[in-house]
Amino acid sequence: MNEAVALKPAHAIAPIRTRLAVTVLGFGTLAVVTCLIAPLVGSTHISLARAFDRSIPFAENVDAQIFFVARLPRVLSGALVGAALAAAGVVFQALLRNPLATPFTLGVSAGASLGAMLVIIFGLTVSVGPFSAVPLASFAGAAVATAIVYWLATPYRKAMSTAVLLLAGVTLNSFFSALIMFVQYVADFAQAYRAARWLMGDLDVGTFQPIVAALPLVVIAFALFALLPSALNVLSLGPDAAATRGVDVVKAQRIAFFSASLATSAAVSLAGPIGFVGIVVPHLVRLMVGVDHRIVLPASALFGAAFLVACDLGARTVLAPVEIPVGVVTALIGGPFFLWLLVRRS
Amino acid sequence: MTLSAERLSYTYPLSRSQGAATEFSLEDVSISIAPRSLTGLLGPNGCGKTTLLKLLSGVLKPDLGSVRLGDREVRLLSRRVLAQQIAVVPQETHPAFDFTVMEMVLMGRHPHLGAFQLEGPGDLAIAREALIATGTLHLAGRSYMTLSGGEKQRVVIASALAQMPKVLLLDEPTASLDLGYQLEIASLLKQLNRQRGVTMVLATHDLNLAASLCDTLVLVREGRVLMQGPTKEVLTSASVRQLYGVIADVAFHERAGHLTVVPVSRQ
Repeated sequence: MNEAVALKPAHAIAPIRTRLAVTVLGFGTLAVVTCLIAPLVGSTHISLARAFDRSIPFAENVDAQIFFVARLPRVLSGALVGAALAAAGVVFQALLRNPLATPFTLGVSAGASLGAMLVIIFGLTVSVGPFSAVPLASFAGAAVATAIVYWLATPYRKAMSTAVLLLAGVTLNSFFSALIMFVQYVADFAQAYRAARWLMGDLDVGTFQPIVAALPLVVIAFALFALLPSALNVLSLGPDAAATRGVDVVKAQRIAFFSASLATSAAVSLAGPIGFVGIVVPHLVRLMVGVDHRIVLPASALFGAAFLVACDLGARTVLAPVEIPVGVVTALIGGPFFLWLLVRRS
Repeated sequence: MTLSAERLSYTYPLSRSQGAATEFSLEDVSISIAPRSLTGLLGPNGCGKTTLLKLLSGVLKPDLGSVRLGDREVRLLSRRVLAQQIAVVPQETHPAFDFTVMEMVLMGRHPHLGAFQLEGPGDLAIAREALIATGTLHLAGRSYMTLSGGEKQRVVIASALAQMPKVLLLDEPTASLDLGYQLEIASLLKQLNRQRGVTMVLATHDLNLAASLCDTLVLVREGRVLMQGPTKEVLTSASVRQLYGVIADVAFHERAGHLTVVPVSRQ
């Protein structure tokens, strides 16, 4: 590589405070603007000013009803899921020291999917508080998958083996996929269709209730993420190098593993396994702001929110009145992007 | 501050579970590293040099015995406090992401920053100084991954210097470098030891590098200390034969100004 290509733009040397402030402000604005514009677009045209006009009673304000009741829950679930998956992707990539890792690499989503499949196909309707059966079961499935991978990869009081983590995750993914296929095979057509539809991902949650149910989990995960960024920087040099720079490696790895698994579980239980957000977003963000996790992590969360809301907007408008599953849109964008990353790396 | 190991024993968990493979263990190792000294750790492959360095840095915990830094026991210090005192330069450093040189060096400030604290002007000044000391300031904005081997190693040394350690442990820092870079790193280490008073422990296979740099040598064979003392006394034909099973001439070289070792044949 020649000098000109290897030289980083000036932002890489600017003080971290400035870079962080500019990045959060920029991506934050993008996320908020996307979330405000997205509910305005659709089969019926509405006006933002009218939707927020307090002088018209809500019962008579059709624009406000469409904005807040019909479209906003979907946009907010997109923002929440996009932020959670993108941030979890960043954390998993640093934990596994592998830029091609995704939130689904370690089998969390396969576990979640199996849980959801079982409930859909056996028609269970248990609910606990604000949690209904499918999200509850998928969260339980994710927890089981997380526990198995953790148990396999973590010797007592020792650092995690990233190689074992990866292998255990890949194996668990295939194993759960086999179980999912089996469950689908024995199901009738209607159930199998519902199950297949769930696997494509869907942000149309209908009401605010499922969002409110998932929100605390995502908040806890993000609170834990806040402890991580500088440790993730040093961890990406390897566990020994991190230890000799003052990182408690065992503790940092555990916080990273559980918080990222929690964010992924919450996202998948809310909207199904929406692929590629967790890899496309962190990489795009790194191309824009460099690789320092103290900037990449918050920027990815904000950009992830904007990205998924925009993808979902495309999903429901491009072929309107036909809706494309949002998981199909992210995969159509993400697949080629992932291949491009692979080619670029080699 | 003296770094000392008292009757250290360590066996890797893997060989422990497989019975008693003694080749991956250290037994009853006691050494004392004087402040401001430059100590060389010599021995054949698999003798336990790297293990000893990891025990000294606290990355591994000994099964028996203790490592002490001054009057404090290393295993009782937190990683953070320890990293403020001891820095490590491994043979190679491969970050998983494309960090800039400045970012790599600033990671050395990690043990000095609070949980949510971002590095400030003071940290930047220290990083800058470390870059200047290692002759890498002009690389500050470059991507670490695009550097040559010698440049990378100088940047990793700069990162360790930014930790402002009392003790620097180096594990074969010149192993993958060509002759020119080897000499460059050697003179850099010597200069940092003299000017900054950093205590250094250097594990190496390069006897001539050790002879030119180190005032003290520790010879390790099969997990035990064979000999330790001033370089002039320890580095002899007899000790080289005992350590490596190699017949070699050891003589003072006028122009180089230090002992040189010329291997002749395997015993």
